Amino acid sequence: MKISAIITLKKDVLDPQGKVIHQTLEGMNFKNVNEVRQGKYFEIDVNENDPKKAKEIVEDMCEKLLANLVIENYKIIEIQ
Amino acid sequence: MKSSVITFPGSNCDRDMDVALKKFGFKNKMIWHNDNELPKSDLVVLPGGFSYGDYLRCGSVASKSKIMQSVINFAKSGGLVMGICNGFQILVEAGLVPGVLLRNKYLEFICKNVFVKIDNKDNPYFKNLEKDIFELHIAHNEGNYFCTDDQLKEIKDNNQVAIHYCNNDGKIEEEFNPNGSIKNIAGILNKEKNVLGMMPHPERMIDSCLSGEDGSLFFKNLLNNIK
Repeated sequence: MKISAIITLKKDVLDPQGKVIHQTLEGMNFKNVNEVRQGKYFEIDVNENDPKKAKEIVEDMCEKLLANLVIENYKIIEIQ
Repeated sequence: MKSSVITFPGSNCDRDMDVALKKFGFKNKMIWHNDNELPKSDLVVLPGGFSYGDYLRCGSVASKSKIMQSVINFAKSGGLVMGICNGFQILVEAGLVPGVLLRNKYLEFICKNVFVKIDNKDNPYFKNLEKDIFELHIAHNEGNYFCTDDQLKEIKDNNQVAIHYCNNDGKIEEEFNPNGSIKNIAGILNKEKNVLGMMPHPERMIDSCLSGEDGSLFFKNLLNNIK
């Protein structure tokens, strides 16, 4: 079962890379950008057929390794 | 006094640290990250470098390596554990000191000498040092210390800030902050004061011909404190 998770920086954490990307987009004439926040995307194939269990396994991974909960949030976005 | 320096794949200041520790009288052993057990040690050092290529987040993969469970147990039983640069990043990821190290504010890799002020000498690392202001070297891309407001309050209440970035007079101001760290924090202790994480490299300041001697003062004093 494939689980997709995204990790994003929490709202109050400075994201200098996002800021530079924002400035670059403006320089390229994308004028409608309010803010850019950069994150990470994981696609994890787990050996588990029960979607609920598979989701729980990946949530556990997110909490223990994939995300640092001091600065990041995680979200399971797709189960297939 | 016995010390152990842990080498992770991608560590590159491990041998410098070995040279520094031996120069000032430690009997040092290099320990591979994949070992299970720490030898008997009075001090464990997590060195600088780019463990696991800084994959995922700096220090995150190294913090889960085999030897780290022994290092965590050693720290929890009161043993002295010091993390320098990438070692500091590993300590925060292992949860041995609070907070996290983000990408430098201006997205530059910073490699230069800085001044730091020692604010807390009530610990085995800085006790008895006569000077307060040290010139040390930094070289990092992710040294921007960050923590939540609650953590910051706890850190301050427990007197856990070890060193601040400052100028040569010891003034702690934003203009002397190289990387955007909260409150100019360059190094931090755990609550019990036996674990120290800091971005500057004392092991690069042990020879007046090459750099400076402020690292020598640190190591000599550390050895005397542990004896």
